Amino acid sequence: MSLKNDTQNYSQTFSREHLNYLKDIKRQKILILSSRIILLVAFFLIWEVAAKFKWIDPFITSQPSRMWDTFLSLHQNGSLYKHIGITISETIIGFVSGTLLGSLMAILLWWSDFLSKVLDPYLVVLNSLPKVALGPIIIVFFGAGYSAIITMALLVSLFTTIIGVFSGLRQVDKEKITLLKTFGANKKQILTKVVIPASFPTIMNALRINVGLSWVGVIMGEFLVSKAGLGYLIVYGSQVFQLDTVMTSVIILAIAAALMYIGVSYLEKMVLEKRI
Amino acid sequence: MTTPIVKINNLSKIFHSPKEETLAVKDFSLEVRAGEFVVLVGPSGCGKSTILSALAGLIKPSAGEIIYNPNKAIKKKPSIGYMLQQDHLFQWRTILQNAILGLEIQNKNTKENILKTRKLLEVYGLGDFINHYPNQLSGGMRQRAALIRTLAVDPEILLLDEPFSALDYQTRLAVADDIGSIIKNEKRTAVMVTHDISEAISMADRVVVLSKRPGMVKKIHEIKLSCSKQTPIIRREAPEFREYFNEIWKELDVHVS
Ligand SMILES: Nc1ncnc2c1ncn2[C@@H]1O[C@H](COP(=O)(O)OP(=O)(O)OP(=O)(O)O)[C@@H](O)[C@H]1O
Ligand SMILES: [Mg+2]
Repeated sequence: MSLKNDTQNYSQTFSREHLNYLKDIKRQKILILSSRIILLVAFFLIWEVAAKFKWIDPFITSQPSRMWDTFLSLHQNGSLYKHIGITISETIIGFVSGTLLGSLMAILLWWSDFLSKVLDPYLVVLNSLPKVALGPIIIVFFGAGYSAIITMALLVSLFTTIIGVFSGLRQVDKEKITLLKTFGANKKQILTKVVIPASFPTIMNALRINVGLSWVGVIMGEFLVSKAGLGYLIVYGSQVFQLDTVMTSVIILAIAAALMYIGVSYLEKMVLEKRI
Repeated sequence: MTTPIVKINNLSKIFHSPKEETLAVKDFSLEVRAGEFVVLVGPSGCGKSTILSALAGLIKPSAGEIIYNPNKAIKKKPSIGYMLQQDHLFQWRTILQNAILGLEIQNKNTKENILKTRKLLEVYGLGDFINHYPNQLSGGMRQRAALIRTLAVDPEILLLDEPFSALDYQTRLAVADDIGSIIKNEKRTAVMVTHDISEAISMADRVVVLSKRPGMVKKIHEIKLSCSKQTPIIRREAPEFREYFNEIWKELDVHVS
């Protein structure tokens, strides 16, 4: 009885037109999702078929079924997880250190107007410099190992972080700062009570961009020096002409990067929602 | 009621920019008595906000002086509360957390003071909203919360810079009435800036009319209204209201060109 009432109420609160509108939205969503899936499946299917009938040379292009076999063998001998683990940990370390160091330096620049004016041109130049050019120098300084790769990842994201976070800190409403000054706030209180919390969305946004940049840095680093990791697998695979390994690694890399991006976006949403 | 709490002597302020210098205020003198409500009116850009900033100690005068408690032996600067046009409530803090911002900054956020602030919020109709966030409140409520944030640090002088101009007309009348009464209840000294002549007369003990930039005192009106109760909305109905209005309107010399 009460259930019936509820459904009646439901259709009473919404007009027929609105119900149709809701239905349309849902239909649209399903259509988009299914199109996406079809696109993906078709892509691999055509690839597979084209390789099978020798329309393309699977030796050069690889082939989904061969990639699957490669994946399974990498999975069975356990080396897959070693490579993924190494690349991900390098990325996370690069990401976290780049973000922390960059934010810290941005705060320093905010603190000292003089310093920020002095350093401005250098930041612009360093930011526009393609960091891969520094690769050989980094290898000479840090040796051909993890520290070189992490330094690379750090450098790639560092300057964008400094510039992004600094401009976020500076955009905070001057009147909000005046308000704090009327209470007699000192510079540290202005920083912690208003400037950082108010520019939090900008900072989180910088983080999201940094994740992508850290992957770039790590893979670049692994191309140059490494003996393990997904970047290494790709380079090694191409050198010994195992395109199966190369393609498999690229796809795993794509999935890992996407997952990390989603994770950070989710984190951003959670943190922002929590503080409204 | 007649002891002066602050005395401004020949205040001048020049603003500098690479291209020019602007004389914002020139030889401005005014004595504010303890407990009174002074309203500054004047043309746009004549230096009203500059005068408030100087009173609050946010900017340094180019010439002249500001003497606090001129009649006392110890001329200590009284604590000052400043209220701006926007409420500037922080959206990441609840209403209570916003209200105790000043206490936090001055390291006075003791249990006792927080409780006092809570009481203020309750007395002035925000009791049910202390754990809400600013965007859940109406404009008028937000302005009231901003006033309580200012009052929480127990300032002797309140400076209000066009505090109602962000509100729509109806709300503005109600909130002006509200805040005018709160300030009277709490027996604070207040210096307010507004563009609204009626608002000025309805709230002020004295209205100071300023000249065009550089701002100087043109005329000071002692507002004496014959009405039973002294809340801003009732004061608007006093018979003398129109006379003050017309006089001040003429002195402001507004041209639409
Ligand atoms: N920080 C500043 N730097 C340079 N010029 C300034 C500064 N602050 C104010 N001025 C100038 O000083 C003059 C007075 O400004 P002020 O803000 O005190 O006027 P106001 O009377 O409050 O105006 P309004 O009614 O528009 O609020 C204006 O011409 C303004 O452009
Ligand atoms: Mg102003």
